[in-house]
Amino acid sequence: MTGGHAGRQAYTGVPRWLYGLAVLAALVVVLPLVAMVARVNWANFIPLVTSAPALAALGLSLRTAAASTALCIVLGVPLAVVLARGRFPLLGLLRSLVLLPLVLPPVVGGIALLYTFGRQGLLGGAIEVLGLQIAFSTTAVVLAQTFVALPFLVVSLEGALRTGGQRYEAVAATLGATPGTVFRRVTLPLALPGLASGAVLSFARSLGEFGATLTFAGSLQGVTRTLPLEIYLQRETDPDAAVALSLVLVAVAVAVVALAYRRPGGRGPDGKAGKQASGERPTTAAGAGGALA
Amino acid sequence: MTFSFQAAVAERGFDVALSLGPTETVAVMGPNGAGKSTLLSVIAGLVRPDGGRAELNGRTLFHLGEGQRRWTAPHHRGTALLAQEPLLFPHLTAADNVAFGPRSAGTPRRQAMEQAVRWLDDVEAGDLAGRRPAELSGGQAQRVAVARALAADPGLLLLDEPMAALDIHSAPLLRRLLKRVLADRPAIIITHDVLDALMLADRVVILENGRIAEEGPTREVLHKPRSAFAAGLAGLNFVVGTSAGDGILAARGHIAGHSEDPVPAGRPAVAVFPPSAVSVFLTDAHGSPRNSFAVAITDLEPHGDQIRVRGGGLAADITPAALADLGLVPGMTVHLVVKAAAVSVYPL
Repeated sequence: MTGGHAGRQAYTGVPRWLYGLAVLAALVVVLPLVAMVARVNWANFIPLVTSAPALAALGLSLRTAAASTALCIVLGVPLAVVLARGRFPLLGLLRSLVLLPLVLPPVVGGIALLYTFGRQGLLGGAIEVLGLQIAFSTTAVVLAQTFVALPFLVVSLEGALRTGGQRYEAVAATLGATPGTVFRRVTLPLALPGLASGAVLSFARSLGEFGATLTFAGSLQGVTRTLPLEIYLQRETDPDAAVALSLVLVAVAVAVVALAYRRPGGRGPDGKAGKQASGERPTTAAGAGGALA
Repeated sequence: MTFSFQAAVAERGFDVALSLGPTETVAVMGPNGAGKSTLLSVIAGLVRPDGGRAELNGRTLFHLGEGQRRWTAPHHRGTALLAQEPLLFPHLTAADNVAFGPRSAGTPRRQAMEQAVRWLDDVEAGDLAGRRPAELSGGQAQRVAVARALAADPGLLLLDEPMAALDIHSAPLLRRLLKRVLADRPAIIITHDVLDALMLADRVVILENGRIAEEGPTREVLHKPRSAFAAGLAGLNFVVGTSAGDGILAARGHIAGHSEDPVPAGRPAVAVFPPSAVSVFLTDAHGSPRNSFAVAITDLEPHGDQIRVRGGGLAADITPAALADLGLVPGMTVHLVVKAAAVSVYPL
């Protein structure tokens, strides 16, 4: 079945008035974007997005987002595996705590980070002994982004790990595979689509991070002033530049969403995609992450 | 003795002891929830029992309780598990799936692939080597899964209803294949099909409520069942009571029968008789030496070219013509009559 036309379509049972509200909902999202695009100063677009501060901010954003995505993968994969497979008391509490940044105002996250890694913070003394200064550095930007983006990777990957992988792992073990081999050759490959969409979502969240970065890392050009901070700053002095840079971020966001919600093996409105092995349904997990965003 | 096993899982009311000879195949049968899958999971190391011990080829799989805490991890046991679903790794080709066991054991990739191709040929799936599991039919996938389990060179093969998910065309091919590969290696196979037990197993173990209800050579169990479940498999009526005279005293009264060897009175004993020996009457037509049971009909169902009449836990087979003559409907009270000569009585 490849979604036939009206005549052959299966019964859906959506009341007509629902379509009206659905259109309204779509407008809430789309209209502001259209309004913004309408304000773009196309004549000066290229100079605006290639000015020195803009390029510095874009470069910093891409570098830090890449770094924090890498950090999210390194730290988030073990965490997701433990959350999906572990059996110990307080697991539920741990999961809730780890997902907290999803619903926490980023400013609050920034303050929390400041009181952890700042000079007067919980680990401030230890960090100073090592001769490091984290707050208001590029490292702080990466930390702030990791803080807000980690739950996206964990939620996405944990969902992928939960959908059926465990039985394959048991079979692999009875075939003589050590836990390490099972993880490398069965668990990870089966969860790879979930990991990929989780990483893409984390990257997007890192790229858009504003509140925690401003609070914890400040706004120094070339050091901590990422693209969202640059846009906020330009909005006061040069609205045209702010709009042009915003459009760049919208373009990146569109690309990210397209990547994260791409279905392997083609999408099936009738659920045909679900016919694949149960271990391969990453988009549900990504959907959960997206919904929480 | 190749394999010896005794384990208890309190949570599931499971307590089973079992042993296997070097090339013996045991069929495990029983109602749903009897503990069949628990048995395989404990042997494979996927479920940890509260107590017990098991040995395979002189190696301890686990020894828990009695001051011991020995536990061998699943990947060191050599007990490959073949489930109802093939569970082939979806991201690997058929050949890579089969090579998984050898590679996990440290066999170099090239050699493991050569072994995989040989095993695939052995299960008549050589032409499927390069395919992904999604491109295989249910029967093909299960054959590849058999090859994968065998390639791991297991000391004991565990099969959990391997035929259950197959259509009627694929099952006979797999059954033939299993008969060949199980002939010279120890295996435990869970099945609901008495045909599997007869064809593949030397011995059958009937599990009920987490315990062994009876065990023995398959033919003997089917011929002289000592559990209600085995009697159901053999398609026999089965009444439990205590021996009395030539028959037994059961809840429904005295049942006259005959026994090969005299059974001392007062012993737990069963009366067993085939549904084909039971006649159905509308009125109580007494005449010695016959047994007559008044029962309410619960079900009428086709059974071959006969109609099976069920009621009061008993079954009778009658012809469709007789059914029409008697005008039987569920809920009606009838008399099931069986000659004493058709009733076997033996001790439990």
